Amino acid sequence: MDFTLPREVRLVRRSVREFAEETVAPLVERMEERDEFPAELVRAMGEIGVLGLITPPEHGGSNLGHLARMVAVEEVSRVSAAAGISLQVHHMATAALSDFGSDAQKQKYLPPLCRGDWLGTCAITEPTGGSDLLGMASTARPVADGYVLNGRKCFITNCHLSDAVVTVAKTGEGPKGISAFVVEKGTPGFSAGRHEHKLGLRGADTGELVFRDCRVPRENLLGNEGEGMAVALRTIGEVGRPGMAGTSLGILQACYDESVRFAKERTLYGRPIAQLQAIQWSVAEIFAELQASRWLCYHAAWLKDSGADCGVETTLAKMYTSEAAVKAAQKAIEIHGACGTMMEYAVQRLFRDAMVCVSAGGTTEIGKLVVARAALA
Amino acid sequence: MNIVVCMKPVPDPRRWGTLTLDARTMLLRREEVPAVINPLDRNAIEQAVAMRAGGTVTVLSMAPPDAEEQLAEALAMGCDRAILLSDSAFAGADSLATARALAAAIRRIGDVDLVFCGAYSLDGSTSQVGPQVAELLGVPDLTHVTALGLDGGTLRARSATEGGETLYECDLPAVVTFDKEVNVPRLPSMTGIMRAASAGVTRWTAADVGLAPAEAGLAGSPTQMQNTFTPAAARKGEMLEGSPARMAAALVEKLKGSRVIE
Repeated sequence: MDFTLPREVRLVRRSVREFAEETVAPLVERMEERDEFPAELVRAMGEIGVLGLITPPEHGGSNLGHLARMVAVEEVSRVSAAAGISLQVHHMATAALSDFGSDAQKQKYLPPLCRGDWLGTCAITEPTGGSDLLGMASTARPVADGYVLNGRKCFITNCHLSDAVVTVAKTGEGPKGISAFVVEKGTPGFSAGRHEHKLGLRGADTGELVFRDCRVPRENLLGNEGEGMAVALRTIGEVGRPGMAGTSLGILQACYDESVRFAKERTLYGRPIAQLQAIQWSVAEIFAELQASRWLCYHAAWLKDSGADCGVETTLAKMYTSEAAVKAAQKAIEIHGACGTMMEYAVQRLFRDAMVCVSAGGTTEIGKLVVARAALA
Repeated sequence: MNIVVCMKPVPDPRRWGTLTLDARTMLLRREEVPAVINPLDRNAIEQAVAMRAGGTVTVLSMAPPDAEEQLAEALAMGCDRAILLSDSAFAGADSLATARALAAAIRRIGDVDLVFCGAYSLDGSTSQVGPQVAELLGVPDLTHVTALGLDGGTLRARSATEGGETLYECDLPAVVTFDKEVNVPRLPSMTGIMRAASAGVTRWTAADVGLAPAEAGLAGSPTQMQNTFTPAAARKGEMLEGSPARMAAALVEKLKGSRVIE
């Protein structure tokens, strides 16, 4: 068993870390204040190449794989979890297109999505809930040259800024009655609705997508009619959930970094508080959560790269890491004392961001259902 | 334009706080801190990749085997080829023995128009290797360059000096060393990292570049370290007493006496 990250992944970490510190960090304050995703970041992410990490080179990506993608999402999220979730949700769109798209769809959509000319998203969740796929209300009525979509998607990341949206709607009844589509910005009848204001991940563009008699040409059907369930489950389970795990992992790393720095700088009783056992225990707890989460995340991503079934492991990684990030952020605030509750310190943002990650991409309870099924099998 | 960039791995400056010196050998314990590409060598790589114009950029390093990591990063930044001079015979080299090995390798690479280096390394800071390579190759060298262009077959360079700047013109081939003002180095892109994975690193020994054991490493180094220490920086202070006017007068006399003022 070799736990050494491959050289390419180490290079990805170094490059993306520098990118995040130089390009993303200066935007964080503005994102917090205005709760808007900076559009220029899409182009910048395209230039460094993180948008195409899991897209084959023939369609404009680098295809460095899911472990590299996990590390990239982690490093971006370490600086801005809002930017991290935007990146990882974009990957859901590129993955769905790579996995289920026709050659024509791949050639049309993937290169601009990798370059950062376009941003993408995957819109599954509806007001009825995200996990109850069969309960969705959106419909796609077949017509002569395609489909007419009606319905609403909610809590969608990259909502207003996305140029290409992978979505699902009912073309019939039951699990085989759901189909997937790629819908372009500007399609008549398709619009972005309300912009949500969240507790955390401020600056990530979250909101509603509305389809009102939206005519989608037949060539925009993703996969075959009735394959929408497979598109949704695979994209959520193998890309979205590990993506949220990576986002939470970045928050955890930031909690650790901020706590260690503060504990070494802050003096009390004439010495740094890092020398106080109470603080040491808290730092040790954060570190333990970080390490446990990291290996759950990397293992899940490694499994995906190896082609093995990974749905349980990605869910476990997401469930554990998102909860661990909340615990770590709470500890980090405690280590900071009163400073931790001040808006000038990053730990308050980390706590708010961590809380949003718990429900995004599947709640802990849904995660437990998936994990329990495997654990009891 | 075929360009060779000489690259040195140095301890990550962000981790210098944990770097220690071996009291016996008086060398840095480099294994304690991860290495990175010497920051000014990044500028040299950026300049080479930008000026390549259909030619080949070869990144060259004399370093322990671990340097493959930094060479891979240079490939990911856009270099076409990486060569690592790796041989126990190179160990303990001073700047001259290093330059000798690099010059020998550059001769073996052949058909080189330009050799680029950082103006100095962050750890050794001698600024000697670039000019010594030029001397050994018998070509002109331009140091501490802050802007560089090619006009026909003539190299035009700008270099900052204490009181202003110097403009140079020079024929090819040449060695150029860069200061950080010359450009903003690119980060390795993901597609660059993908390409680097398949490029690989070529390893050459001292024998491969035609160096005899006596010319390489410690044996070929005229500089032998005797001791390393931090000089005491205590200053002798003198307190003046009396009224402000009297102290001011006494100060003026002392400054005149020591010829600081006339």
